[in-house]
Amino acid sequence: MVTVGAETSSLRVREVTKSFRPPGNGAASRLALDSISLSIAAGELVAIIGPSGCGKSTLLRLIAGLDTPDSGEITIGFEQISGPSAERGLVFQDPNLFPWLTVRRNIEAGLVARGVLQEKRDEVQKFMELVGLDGFADAYPHHLSGGMAQRVALARALINHPKVLLLDEPLGALDAFTRMRMQDEVLHLWRGGRAERAVRVRPEIVSEKLLRLWQSRRTTMSLVTHDIDEAIYMSDRIMVMSPRPGRIEWTIPVELDRPRDRSSADFLRLRAEILEHLHFAGKSASGNNGS
Amino acid sequence: MTNALEELPQRAVAANGHRAGAENGLVAPAATAKSRPHTLLLVPVAAGIALAIHFFITRHQLSAGQYYWLFLFIVLGAGLVGAALYPFFSGLRERMHNLSAIFAAAILLLGLWEVITSGLRLLPLPYFPSPAAILDSMINDRGLLFDSTWHSLMMLMNGYVLGVIVGLISGVCIGWSSSIRYWGMPVLKIVGPIPATAWIPLAMVISPSTAVSSAALIALAVWFPVTMLTASGISNTRASYLDVARTFGAKESYLIFRVAIPAAMPNIFIGLFMGLGASFLTLVVAESVGVKSGLGWYVSWAQGWAEYGKVYAALVIMAGFFSSLMTLLFKVRDIVLVWQKGIIKW
Ligand SMILES: Nc1ncnc2c1ncn2[C@@H]1O[C@H](COP(=O)(O)OP(=O)(O)O)[C@@H](O)[C@H]1O
Ligand SMILES: [Mg+2]
Repeated sequence: MVTVGAETSSLRVREVTKSFRPPGNGAASRLALDSISLSIAAGELVAIIGPSGCGKSTLLRLIAGLDTPDSGEITIGFEQISGPSAERGLVFQDPNLFPWLTVRRNIEAGLVARGVLQEKRDEVQKFMELVGLDGFADAYPHHLSGGMAQRVALARALINHPKVLLLDEPLGALDAFTRMRMQDEVLHLWRGGRAERAVRVRPEIVSEKLLRLWQSRRTTMSLVTHDIDEAIYMSDRIMVMSPRPGRIEWTIPVELDRPRDRSSADFLRLRAEILEHLHFAGKSASGNNGS
Repeated sequence: MTNALEELPQRAVAANGHRAGAENGLVAPAATAKSRPHTLLLVPVAAGIALAIHFFITRHQLSAGQYYWLFLFIVLGAGLVGAALYPFFSGLRERMHNLSAIFAAAILLLGLWEVITSGLRLLPLPYFPSPAAILDSMINDRGLLFDSTWHSLMMLMNGYVLGVIVGLISGVCIGWSSSIRYWGMPVLKIVGPIPATAWIPLAMVISPSTAVSSAALIALAVWFPVTMLTASGISNTRASYLDVARTFGAKESYLIFRVAIPAAMPNIFIGLFMGLGASFLTLVVAESVGVKSGLGWYVSWAQGWAEYGKVYAALVIMAGFFSSLMTLLFKVRDIVLVWQKGIIKW
């Protein structure tokens, strides 16, 4: 399963703590993440779920290098991260496309930023085809639907071939139908366009050449979501976070064959199990709040 | 039957919800204009009326106001030619539908003006010449007027371009770097609001030539709004745009030139417009008190000789000159900000 050299794209978070000082008054800083540890194997897709405010976004921002932890360390492969870099892509719920650039230029942005547009220009076209945006190259972002905008954001993040792709509720703003279709597309991107999957997802856009291009690439992914079905449908493992201070409370492996059937008995059993757990967790959390 | 046919697309449009209003707003005036082709004759009719007024008023001294005759005849001819050609060119048609009413009103206003001035002599004469007299002065003194316009243009461009360049640089620096903002903002807040024209006495003393000092004053007038709006645009760049750029490996130069500046462009253009307005004011004041050339100087010089026809001629040229520059800047903005929702056209 794990390709050669892929262990360099494993992700490890060790005892990371992060607190924020509330703005304004000189009140004590509040712990957002308390000594959190987790690891994601190379090429693994891990979903992180948890109530809002429990520190999921904070965790992803730390991994992306946009913020620095108060203590603890984060490593990709054997390297400790020290700041943002093209090897860790981040896609937010809001696609955050640059409105002044066309779709094509948005996708190129990562290459321009690294000064490699000249060498990699043909990749732009491949990525546009891969995410099905071929006909929209010269459209500006405000002409795109939410799903299409998020595809552009994914292509923009993936064009740098990041070792780790961090997804912060990327499909959260989409309607249910678009979301389910996009889940398949994200999986397709993650799996590097494996044939059976790819053909099922978008037979019209996936050429043999593209498949080969993607064959060897499988991105380590961390997907934050508030949709339990999405977590079960997509991930290899689900991590449940608890709030105040944020920590990983529970990890559930999802050992279902892909492509997964959202209405299979196993799927539903897992779903019931998680719901039950969350319900219990919710109760205890509110009890803590009261005291 | 026509009702039923019209209702169908109407309903289709209404189904688009929000777009229905805009679409109707666009379609309705065009439709009414099409059903009343006589709007096309407004300009020739207005020109005819103005010609009649002019003839009636100057019938005892037919040599006066030849240029005004010529002008009105040209307008009349152009109006008729337009009316004859309009069925063949859709671009022309649209333009004429839009402009003929306002253009006709302007011509009628000229006629009214002539009635009030040389006709009824309601206004004291040297100060309020007739349109014919103004056109005469404009054409008789065309050499000097052209020269003055040219000088004004050069002066304005020197000052404006300098002010914009310095303003953009200081605006980006103040907007981007918090330490530059710490030192620069107070200077900007205290020095900026002083009208550039207030520096005229000082500028005349320190600078080697009035031309240099005037250009510098214009630059100063432009600098303030450009800096202010650029700085606020840059510092209000959405943090998430910068975060996204960082996650794909952007260095600081990319963040400034490819993210912050494009994001600030709408603001920067507001600064450019404000700066252009300020530059007109400063130009005219600087020319009338200092430099011995340009339209501002021409106005005060002609006024000194009580040649009010020339004063108005210069004002008319100024109006055309300044509004052309404004229009040009609008065009540039429409091209640069084509990505903005409001002003996109395709
Ligand atoms: N920049 C910040 N400044 C202050 N507090 C913050 C900041 N970012 C996050 N927090 C706090 O940290 C906690 C976790 O936030 P976040 O990571 O956004 O949660 P989630 O993404 O799980 O909803 C929240 O209590 C939030 O108020
Ligand atoms: Mg969040």
